[in-house]
Amino acid sequence: MAWRKLLLPFALLGVCAWAQGPTYKMGRTPSADEVKAIDIAINPVTGKELPAGQGTAAEGTKLFVSKGCAGCHGANGYGGRAPTLIVPKGFPTGAGKGPEKIPNLAPGMEMGIMGPGLMAVHAPYAPVIWDYINRAMPLNREGTLTPNEVYAIVAFLMWKGEVIKEDEVMDQNTLPKVKMPHLDMATESPIWKPSSKRVTGYPY
Amino acid sequence: MKSKPTNRRGFLKGGAALAGLAAGAVQSVKAQPPDTFLRPRGTSKEQIAYGERSKYVTSKREPAPGRASPDAFGLAFHIGTPLQDQIGSVTPSALHYVATHRGAFVPEIDPKEHRFMIHGMVDRPLVFTMDELMRFPSVSRFHFIECAGNRARTTHKTVQQTHGLTSNSEWTGVLLSTLLKECGVQSAGTWIVAEGAEEVKGNSSIPMTKALDDCMIAYGQNGEPLRPQQGFPLRLLAPGYEGIFQVKHLRRVKVVDRYYWTYNDYGHRRSEAREAALATVWGPKSVITFPSGGQKVAGPGIYEIRGLAWSGQGAVKTVEISMDGGKSWKAAQLKGPTYKMAHVAFGLQWNWDGKECELQSRCTDDQGSIQPSLPQVAKYWNLPAGKEIRVKGLDNPIHPWKIASDGSVTNGMA
Ligand code: HEC
Repeated sequence: MAWRKLLLPFALLGVCAWAQGPTYKMGRTPSADEVKAIDIAINPVTGKELPAGQGTAAEGTKLFVSKGCAGCHGANGYGGRAPTLIVPKGFPTGAGKGPEKIPNLAPGMEMGIMGPGLMAVHAPYAPVIWDYINRAMPLNREGTLTPNEVYAIVAFLMWKGEVIKEDEVMDQNTLPKVKMPHLDMATESPIWKPSSKRVTGYPY
Repeated sequence: MKSKPTNRRGFLKGGAALAGLAAGAVQSVKAQPPDTFLRPRGTSKEQIAYGERSKYVTSKREPAPGRASPDAFGLAFHIGTPLQDQIGSVTPSALHYVATHRGAFVPEIDPKEHRFMIHGMVDRPLVFTMDELMRFPSVSRFHFIECAGNRARTTHKTVQQTHGLTSNSEWTGVLLSTLLKECGVQSAGTWIVAEGAEEVKGNSSIPMTKALDDCMIAYGQNGEPLRPQQGFPLRLLAPGYEGIFQVKHLRRVKVVDRYYWTYNDYGHRRSEAREAALATVWGPKSVITFPSGGQKVAGPGIYEIRGLAWSGQGAVKTVEISMDGGKSWKAAQLKGPTYKMAHVAFGLQWNWDGKECELQSRCTDDQGSIQPSLPQVAKYWNLPAGKEIRVKGLDNPIHPWKIASDGSVTNGMA
């Protein structure tokens, strides 16, 4: 592990021996419940923080309307004021295409710097979609969806995006196992090293 | 509230004469100006509590071209700082650019209620209050922040549009390494996920190498608490990394064993590892802010060409200026100390002969990286030459400004 080398100077200076106890002794220990309540970041590969619960596309179809998603994102997941969530028929499905090929039907709402995205198809791992909807949607009522509801809505969007079948049940075990079609579009950055060029050999 | 310059000038003259005639003599009571001269005029209570700028200074931020701020939902997205008006290396806090991972509202967070938690792969998870954080050894450092969306286009008119999504402040806070040490990072903990407390709970993955090197948990900006739009009461600084990593309203750092593909990470994903690295850290960059697009050079004569330079890899080493469209280069003067991952203002005297010309600036950093021209980037990546070349990773090419014979300045990319 490259980062451990970093600790060496500290150890040499005697400023800290990493394994030792705290120096300043401030702060309090959070309770297990407190950590659980705040810990909404989901490991994209193992999904280990995913809560118990389950949902299907059929349930998600109804929730998409009753939870207000349709009101902003359009009745069919496109054509609303908020970004496109479902590719309309007649447009490329995204399979084998970059995100820039997907039309954004809500002008001026391009997602990120990669151009219009389509999370339920382009996310490298399915828990990424779960994580976002759970923390950030519906807009203005963030954090109000139950785990079952999030599983169902994610199932609905992935089914519409032709990533899973209509009858597949999504839960903490099945969701991380979904094979997303665009894993190749999301490559992790190499581990950063202090005081070095961004990319070895890149002159600029 | 009318000012009476004649009176005041008279007073100053009188004072000077007096001082000249009776140097060292104690001023007699009689010679003191009447009361009315001393009473300040037009000073409102507001001006005493928190000073306002002169009414003659009207420089302001504006939404960056593209998606509106506020948008249809009242969310702010990208707001550019008026670089053309900036004087010196530090951005006034009120003019600091604003950008959000997703469109965002500005949350109202009571610092007394705010908590910051470190947990995950640590021996001792801890929760800190703001008061506790302020008791740790602090650091104050100048750093720029720049949004990945800071990408100059041919359609942009002003430097606020081409480069306005970067700003520079003195930040004060605690090094993240100090706090991580309190918690005892376990050997499996190779990444952190930093998360905000605003409605979207924006979060980013950052390698432990960076977290332990120079990341800072900042509560101060330019001598006062953070501005709400800059993450009040607490934000993360990952110096030199693009803006999305500088998590605002920081509520927790979770130590993890892999890249987490947060929504922020997903939004800036790249298909190639090399490009992903170039999309994380800013390369050497600079821009001329005077004369710049939309301004007018008054006529032939002497001016100071001015601008800003920075790099996400370290400190600025040199800045050069070309007055002939990149054929020849002259060293510019750096206007102050060059800090790592910080803007530095530069300047160079310029005797304009009134003829058409093209001005450019070029920055070299202490890693030896040089700011490229657009054709150089195209050549390196084998991209088709042209005006709208999309630089891989973050955008840092040399920016040209064209000066017409009437003194008007336009975007040289167009
Ligand atoms: C009040 C309007 C509103 C409601 C209601 C709403 N959304 Fe959104 N949604 C937005 C906006 C606006 C964005 C874009 C966020 C931004 O970039 O500012 C968005 C973004 C998203 C995205 C990310 C799109 C992408 O490709 O990155 C997903 C997924 C999403 N919403 C799902 C949902 C779901 C599911 C619901 C219902 C539970 C929902 N939204 C309800 C307005 C809304």
